[in-house]
Amino acid sequence: MYAFTYHKPTSARQAATLLAKKEDAKLIAGGHTLLPTMKQRLASPSALVDLGACADLKGITVKGRNIVIGAMTTHAEVAASPEVQTAIPALAYLAGHIGDPHVRHRGTIGGSVANNDPAADYPAALLALGATIVTNKRKLTAEEFFTGLYETALDEGEIVTKVSFPVASKAGYAKFRNPASRYAMVGVFVAKRGGEIRVAVTGAGEGGVFRWPEAEAALKTRFASKSLDGLKHTANGINGDIHADPEYRAHLIGVMAKQAVAQATGK
Amino acid sequence: MTTVSLTVNGKPVTANVDPRTLLVQFLRENLRLTGTHVGCDTSQCGACVVHLDGKAVKSCTTLAVAVDGSSVTTIEGLAAGDALHPMQEAFREHHGLQCGFCTPGMIMAAVDMVNRRGNLLDEKTIREDLDGNICRCTGYHNIVKAIAAGAEAMGRGGAPARQAAE
Amino acid sequence: MSATGIGAAVRRKEDHRFITGQGRYTDDVNRPGQAHAYFLRSPHAHAKIKSIDTKAAAGMPGVIGIFTGDDLATDKIGGLICGWMIHNKDGSPMRAGPHPALAQGKVRYVGDHVAVVVAETLAQAKDAAEAIAVDYEELPVVADTAKAAGAKTVIHDEAPDNTVFNWHLGDKDATEKAFKAAKHVTRLDLVNNRLVPNAMEPRAAVGDYDAGEGIFTLYTTSQNPHVARLVLSAFIGIAPENKLRVIAPDVGGGFGSKIFIYAEETVCVWAAKKVGRPVKWTADRTEAFLSDAHGRDHVTHAELATDAEGKILGMRVHTTANLGAYLSTFSSSVPTYLYAPLLSGQYDIPAIYCEVDAVYTNTAPVDAYRGAGRPEATFVVERLVEVTARQLGKDPAKFRMQNYIKKFPHQTPVIMMYDTGNYGASMKKALEMIDYKGLGKRKRDSGRAGKLRGIGFSSYIEACGIAPSAAVGSLGAGVGLWESAEVRVNPVGTVEVLTGSHSHGQGHETTFAQLVSDRLGIPIDNVSIVHGDTDKVQMGMGTYGSRSGAVGMSAIFKALDKVIAKGKKVAAHVLEADEADIDFADGHFAVKGTDRKLDFGSCALQAYVAHKFNGQELEPGLKEGAFYDPTNFTFPAGVHICEVEIDPATGVTTIERWAAVDDFGNVINPMIVEGQVHGGIAQGVGQALLEGARYNADGQLVTASFMDYCMPRADDLPSFEVGMTVTPCPSNPLGIKGCGEAGAIASPPAVINAITDALGHEDIAMPATPQAVWRAAQKSISRQAAE
Repeated sequence: MYAFTYHKPTSARQAATLLAKKEDAKLIAGGHTLLPTMKQRLASPSALVDLGACADLKGITVKGRNIVIGAMTTHAEVAASPEVQTAIPALAYLAGHIGDPHVRHRGTIGGSVANNDPAADYPAALLALGATIVTNKRKLTAEEFFTGLYETALDEGEIVTKVSFPVASKAGYAKFRNPASRYAMVGVFVAKRGGEIRVAVTGAGEGGVFRWPEAEAALKTRFASKSLDGLKHTANGINGDIHADPEYRAHLIGVMAKQAVAQATGK
Repeated sequence: MTTVSLTVNGKPVTANVDPRTLLVQFLRENLRLTGTHVGCDTSQCGACVVHLDGKAVKSCTTLAVAVDGSSVTTIEGLAAGDALHPMQEAFREHHGLQCGFCTPGMIMAAVDMVNRRGNLLDEKTIREDLDGNICRCTGYHNIVKAIAAGAEAMGRGGAPARQAAE
Repeated sequence: MSATGIGAAVRRKEDHRFITGQGRYTDDVNRPGQAHAYFLRSPHAHAKIKSIDTKAAAGMPGVIGIFTGDDLATDKIGGLICGWMIHNKDGSPMRAGPHPALAQGKVRYVGDHVAVVVAETLAQAKDAAEAIAVDYEELPVVADTAKAAGAKTVIHDEAPDNTVFNWHLGDKDATEKAFKAAKHVTRLDLVNNRLVPNAMEPRAAVGDYDAGEGIFTLYTTSQNPHVARLVLSAFIGIAPENKLRVIAPDVGGGFGSKIFIYAEETVCVWAAKKVGRPVKWTADRTEAFLSDAHGRDHVTHAELATDAEGKILGMRVHTTANLGAYLSTFSSSVPTYLYAPLLSGQYDIPAIYCEVDAVYTNTAPVDAYRGAGRPEATFVVERLVEVTARQLGKDPAKFRMQNYIKKFPHQTPVIMMYDTGNYGASMKKALEMIDYKGLGKRKRDSGRAGKLRGIGFSSYIEACGIAPSAAVGSLGAGVGLWESAEVRVNPVGTVEVLTGSHSHGQGHETTFAQLVSDRLGIPIDNVSIVHGDTDKVQMGMGTYGSRSGAVGMSAIFKALDKVIAKGKKVAAHVLEADEADIDFADGHFAVKGTDRKLDFGSCALQAYVAHKFNGQELEPGLKEGAFYDPTNFTFPAGVHICEVEIDPATGVTTIERWAAVDDFGNVINPMIVEGQVHGGIAQGVGQALLEGARYNADGQLVTASFMDYCMPRADDLPSFEVGMTVTPCPSNPLGIKGCGEAGAIASPPAVINAITDALGHEDIAMPATPQAVWRAAQKSISRQAAE
């Protein structure tokens, strides 16, 4: 790691002020992406602004038909939350399968969302559930927010403060993990809310998380995994690496989509 | 330099550290608690697992300054004096270790597993929950047996995990 | 059997320190005034070094010294060595280039050592290393095993076609004849995938120099500290042996990778004198991936000839072995004498001929990794045998039993004289354990669930107990492979055993103590095993090749014989009897036919107080040493059966069952032996399903962390059913064969044979990743559709 100065504000507002004041400053949440990168000397922020003491960024609340999760809520907290388990069990399931138990004790939803790692799990949930990302400046839909590989709509000095998930009537998540890293090689989140069905795919897209309109259309007819029989995702625009080439990943999208629907429908 | 104050294995410690000091470095280099190990750079092997305020974390991916004010339990603090923690005893009894390098992290992860999931752990649960710990020696066979037995022993009035761990 | 004697599942004495965090590994060692070393490594796989400018770096904060290959050369520090001379088919010696600890003029793989920075802190050393300006002229790269020989790019001028040797073993003419007479010939092209050992403890070294005494001390992650001292003294020239102490404290796994003498420890111990400070280096995991010696990496064409009845007539094998950019310490022996002599497997094969071409490539050095040559041989044999059975329409278990060697001793056509075994007994037991009869139903059940089920066999043999010194000497080894032991009995009857067999997970501190407790009839807690320090243990050859039991314990056995013999003399004086009338049993020296006896501890005391005998006739004290040189290799063998289920939708292979039946001869501690089997199987399953080191065409290692190199995790593996059969080894006093590598040797072909059985075709390579299996399953489905 290169040297940096360390700052620990106690509110999002303070954090934003610090972020604006310090050149090359970076926010740190759970640190499970940033610290390994810094250890390898691939990132060299001059200052770290740690959000760990910002009480206003923590916690899970139910607001009407929405679950609102503070940015600094850990994956373990989301997974264990009775509110989340009741309202959107698939979201609790997803959070409970990010990384490993130790990582889930530190990693946060805000950190994951703001980093937009193409192999992260949360972006699929946000996109499929039609979540709203709330920052210290504005509110963004998931489509607006996730703009590309490790790219988001966040401006300089903008901080994700919470994520609001409208409750879905049915939702499911299935992922095929990269055998080595255990990140999502393909993760598919399906959600049905009223008449709207969304299928979001993470881990596979050259441009990060994306929706699969053909699957959504097929599920609109009948929300059952059988509806996806024979449906294949194209390999165009799909990632390839030593673990999975585009063709295999594309195939897995179909398999994971069916598993996700099966989970959503309890079948 | 930044001041860090922690409670480590029940004892208060304070030190001035470079902000880039990782918790594992703080434990190993400042406190000479070398039971916590570093086996990788990518937060995967779990040799560095300690309990932070009662929860298992990877101390190689945690800044010491970030956990200022917290309570940390390392493998050195798990036993109550000369009496081994039931999970330590189970690893010995079931030959859940060979070279011993991954062992501290494994044991800390195992105690955390019991804290989260209770005393009756089936093989599938244990195997899935060991996702964050790599062992190269044992093939996990005896680690799985040790954790199941240690979990049960913790339930039988072996010291409750949290109490023993903190 | 006593509760702590031979054959008892004694809980390990060493465990207490490990489960309480009190183990002491090399990185736990901190010397007063210690500085930190960081190695600047080559980012290029192949390049000329036109210049190295360290000026700016030298002035950076905390920098104590920066050294390059020129500095080593100035101090006449020699290069790293390869300790096994292989001769070409024409009798000429192998062609090896120099292996400097820090590059001289050229770098040959990514991670090659260019310079070392010694600084007050590691961070400062890294900062300074970034400021070193190296002017490289990049050269074309050869990274592919199969394309190295004769490539235009030459890695070492000494080997102009990148070929280290063209070696062969066996009778070519007899084998040709066997193939001409054959009714059936099976042909396979096989790749034995390259692996990274990845002991969980990364390599580390702390060099220290005592200027007053002129003594160097090196703490290092070594499986054989005495061999390290020998090489560092006699060949590299750090210091004479009496001025160099090597300590290998607790070592967190080795699997072969910590046998070798590497650049980093060489430089750290040398630099300690240069800078007048202790110098510490610990690899991070990426450095381990780049610079630990890798394993395997063979490309092979193999053929098996059978007659009309299915009797094996002959085997022909051609292998290209990648040795990497430099020859590591024992690299040349692995694809030769640790490989081809095992090609007979458990089978009576009248004629075998094997050719091996060893090549240089721009990749990390390749050397012994758990099994070393024997897994590669077993993969060839067991894939050939399995496929032959399938092609002949024979049951693979029956086909194996038909061809098993049944009479011992058995001389194979490839050097080895198998002393004893009962291969059929292991097969029968394994078939029962796996419920072979129920396989048909299980396959049908899987089929109904849309899954593919398969079973795979592996009848492996290995040559362990390495090795008779004269035999390996005649084959080119630079050292003898005996082991030493010293038994020091203290005046109160407690015992320290000094052994050259280092323990880094194997549990020697327990098993060796069991032997002593058993033979001397004393409590196991009265026995301490001392190892890993050249100042304490005089000389030893170390731990590898499943040799610690068969060779290391035999040395202890021999020393204990001497202790007992001396004790009898002492007891004879004390008990006022004739020495010939003294028996030793159950911890007591007794006069035959009387109730007069002396317990072991009292005898020891008498030996030291020396009141009861004349010191001129009988020397006081009770301390004996022995060197044991084996008379033959040992031949552990067994049958592993793996049953898998494949999900053709995802390509995921699940190991449903694993039955292992091993014949390790006599077993000292079954708990520890089973643990060795479990760990070995896991590494073999890792090779078969998950692991593979991959270099791209530019020679960059694309699997350089656990993010991309897939280590077996708990949920990748099943619980294993482990059984034993026993035919005691006749060549050592304990009847031990060795168990450390068996699992890793047996398992890869068992897995691949199971997968190919499930798939219905042979077209799958290791590692059989989900992607590879999915693709192969597509082929199965399209074939079925075509039928």
